[in-house]
Amino acid sequence: MGRPVSRRHSIAEAAHGGRGLSASVMLAGDPRRRRKEARVRGFLFAAAAATVLVGVAIVLALIGEAWNFVTQVEFSKLWSLGWFPRRDFFDVRTIVLGTIIIAGIAMVVATPLGLGAAIYLSEYASPRTRRILKPIVEILAGIPSVVLGYFALTWISPNVVQRLFTANTFNMAAAGIGVGVLVTPLVAAVTEDALRAVPVSLREASYGLGARRGETVRKVVLPAAVSGIVAALILGVSRAIGETMVVAMAAGATGGSLLQLNPLEPGQTMTAAMTALAIGSDQVAGSGLAFQSLFFVGLLLFAMTLILNVIGDRFVRRVREKY
Amino acid sequence: MTADTTTPTRIAVAAKLQGRRVGWGESAFQLATLIGLLLSLGVLVALLADIVAGAWSVVTTRGADFVSTPISLSADTAGVLNGIIGSVLLTIVVAVVAIPLGIAAAVYLEEYAADTRPTRFIQTNVRNLAGVPSIVYGLLGLGVIVRLVTALGAGGSANGRNIIAGGLTLAVLVLPIVVITTSEALRAVPAGIREAAYGVGATQWEVTRHQVLPAALPAILTGTVLTLARAFGETAPLLLVGAATGFFATGGQGLMEQLSGTYTALPVVVYSWSRQPDGAFRDELAPAAILVLLVLLLAANAAAIIIRNRSERKW
Amino acid sequence: MTAAETRPDPESVGAAATPQRQGREEVVFHLDGLSVHYGEFPAVKGVGLDVRRNEITALIGPSGCGKSTVLRSLNRMNDLIEIAKVSGLVEYHGVDLYGPAVDPVEVRRQIGMVFQKPNPFPKSIYDNVAFGPRIAKTDDDLDGLVEQSLRRAVLWDEVRDKLDQSAYALSGGQQQRLCIARAIATSPDVLLMDEPCSALDPIATLRIEELMVELKSDYSIVIVTHNMQQAARVSDRTAFFTVDESVTGHRTGILVEFDQTGKIFTNPSNPKTEDYITGRFG
Repeated sequence: MGRPVSRRHSIAEAAHGGRGLSASVMLAGDPRRRRKEARVRGFLFAAAAATVLVGVAIVLALIGEAWNFVTQVEFSKLWSLGWFPRRDFFDVRTIVLGTIIIAGIAMVVATPLGLGAAIYLSEYASPRTRRILKPIVEILAGIPSVVLGYFALTWISPNVVQRLFTANTFNMAAAGIGVGVLVTPLVAAVTEDALRAVPVSLREASYGLGARRGETVRKVVLPAAVSGIVAALILGVSRAIGETMVVAMAAGATGGSLLQLNPLEPGQTMTAAMTALAIGSDQVAGSGLAFQSLFFVGLLLFAMTLILNVIGDRFVRRVREKY
Repeated sequence: MTADTTTPTRIAVAAKLQGRRVGWGESAFQLATLIGLLLSLGVLVALLADIVAGAWSVVTTRGADFVSTPISLSADTAGVLNGIIGSVLLTIVVAVVAIPLGIAAAVYLEEYAADTRPTRFIQTNVRNLAGVPSIVYGLLGLGVIVRLVTALGAGGSANGRNIIAGGLTLAVLVLPIVVITTSEALRAVPAGIREAAYGVGATQWEVTRHQVLPAALPAILTGTVLTLARAFGETAPLLLVGAATGFFATGGQGLMEQLSGTYTALPVVVYSWSRQPDGAFRDELAPAAILVLLVLLLAANAAAIIIRNRSERKW
Repeated sequence: MTAAETRPDPESVGAAATPQRQGREEVVFHLDGLSVHYGEFPAVKGVGLDVRRNEITALIGPSGCGKSTVLRSLNRMNDLIEIAKVSGLVEYHGVDLYGPAVDPVEVRRQIGMVFQKPNPFPKSIYDNVAFGPRIAKTDDDLDGLVEQSLRRAVLWDEVRDKLDQSAYALSGGQQQRLCIARAIATSPDVLLMDEPCSALDPIATLRIEELMVELKSDYSIVIVTHNMQQAARVSDRTAFFTVDESVTGHRTGILVEFDQTGKIFTNPSNPKTEDYITGRFG
């Protein structure tokens, strides 16, 4: 297998081959086009960088003011009778425990509703039923939280909580149930994704061995999708912790709250404490450390939800990698 | 073959094929999931019934007047006009800022950036940003954006707690969501289309601009409309950037005063009325305002579905 | 093999014995010591061959032997794979294709490519063909160019009345001919075809093969195929690749033999080629 003697055909010969330009010029491309390419790339990079910058800005804004709060506050005030920021009582326990109580109630509601809806829609419902009911669940996801806050205050509180217990009109239970309703579509959506990620071949293998649908669902599909279900619950908790309006409207305690754990009484969460401070008057900035305390609580909330989201994300990705 | 040899076999086989009876645990589990689903849907029904029942008297007595009159202290004349105007302006600011920025960022991350550790770190970060509670974005608005707007001379009579600041806050809030939905839409475009475009000598931007983006456009549009709907219904961050301040704004000013002055938004109106001690505000006007909000959001969702169905194409 | 003997180019008939070219028979691609690495792992190593003008050159061999990788290094499609690294010499009309002054985008305009799976754009038939000329802004008479390209690809009569319809409405074979028309529309000098018939039925395959033979009067064609009959039917020269695990411990492709198609299929000089051709190894 040989090769032509003149390995390097001259450019002139290439041109002779039917083109008016020499090959090297032809291959150089249009410099204007390349410059445009570089400009577009630069612009797109700037956009991506701006998005990243937003994340950095959030963290810096929170840390800056939160630091002012931590360095200036008397530590005894962080562990006292309640959360009354305008009177310099910053009992963190009150709002953290309030958050945990309400998120707990929310998950008691959202877990059976969300998992039930997802499992039924994905495994039992006929395609027709699914086609009709799934968009309805999605509508629930699109309802603004302020609407659910109103619903929790004017319907859940009197018709569910007060009917079963003797409770204040504003109570943490109603707020928790409202948050639960809000979180349900999220839990359902993540769970359904996980169930749908279970390969058909796995189900067929189970049917091929003579298992019934119910057995296949409980003994094959659900165990295979378990990390996705865990992810759904973790992301649900994260969302419940960060939910603001339902609690601000239905849990009462606008000015502040004493440390108390009874869900039938008014209570305060971290998020609601922040809105209460902001809307109480326009003088947020003027009252001692109240303004700074906002950012301290915000940073705490940011850290909590971030950790939950990172863990949840890990579980979601575990599902994706498996199949 | 004679009958007496086949018959017993047939009977035995037939009996075997009849199978076991379904255990009650089986049906109970299925029933439990069905109850979960029905309860979820039941809540939606109860919610809508509660709202419509509350809003009924306002809808029948006031009708269109309710959406065309401004907010007032008197329950008989109060309307949601300022709220609608404020929300629409906020949404426009969000659309103008977040959509181009978010789409550009997603195009960079998906089409341009090398698939390296830093890129993946950024993508993870964007996902995490999308999970940050909205109230925290309100803090960013209060701590950074309001000051920035004031420093740039657009603070106006509201000391920076105006529509520009509110809109920017919401834009920052939805930015990661725009990036994520756009990224997913871009990832769904088959690689063959990119190869084909490169193959005829297109530059990367020509491939993106003429082939990839048009192919992903329906999904991007659908996601964008839903994102704007989300911004339209957002309340908590606006409370921190002063949406309550414009409660009694008179309106009828020029655009710049409108943007830089005090303002309110429809969801904030709902919130404020729900907290009024006067029963009419809480029990009649608030649900009526919610009804207006839900109708507008439903229209946005319907638009998204129409876009999706219209442009459904097989690859 | 009759395919090789009935080629229209009279000069290359005697060339099997004396591959040394004299006179006008022009070398389009000259490869010497071409290697492509994916990360650390060498996909193909030490390839040397010449692609000649107005000929069809077939790259054959078992899967994983790097024939597609070699093809993609001829129009710098490998640049799009971040981890791919090309070393060795690839000359195009005597110009180093990987030289510093060379714009890969310009390369792809002059060296067209047809892919394994028909991949029309989700647009109209017309827009598919017009895309290349449009971005190159060489569209003096776009309608004429589209028609001419479709005629060249023997598709015009089937689509002339539905140019504004979606390309997805066409059959697989028609889509592949549309992709060929699209590649032709930028008036390239070379057509690279990466298993262009592997997703098509036998009748559509035959039409594409006829088309290739027709197109070679205007273009130089390099085709990757796993179908030996196809290589024997249409090509003038054949490069046989195989997988060699002894060099690096990885599955690395190497070029075994490159010669006149007739010689490769009737009297290969390397026993490995003979084993593959006769089906003893595959």
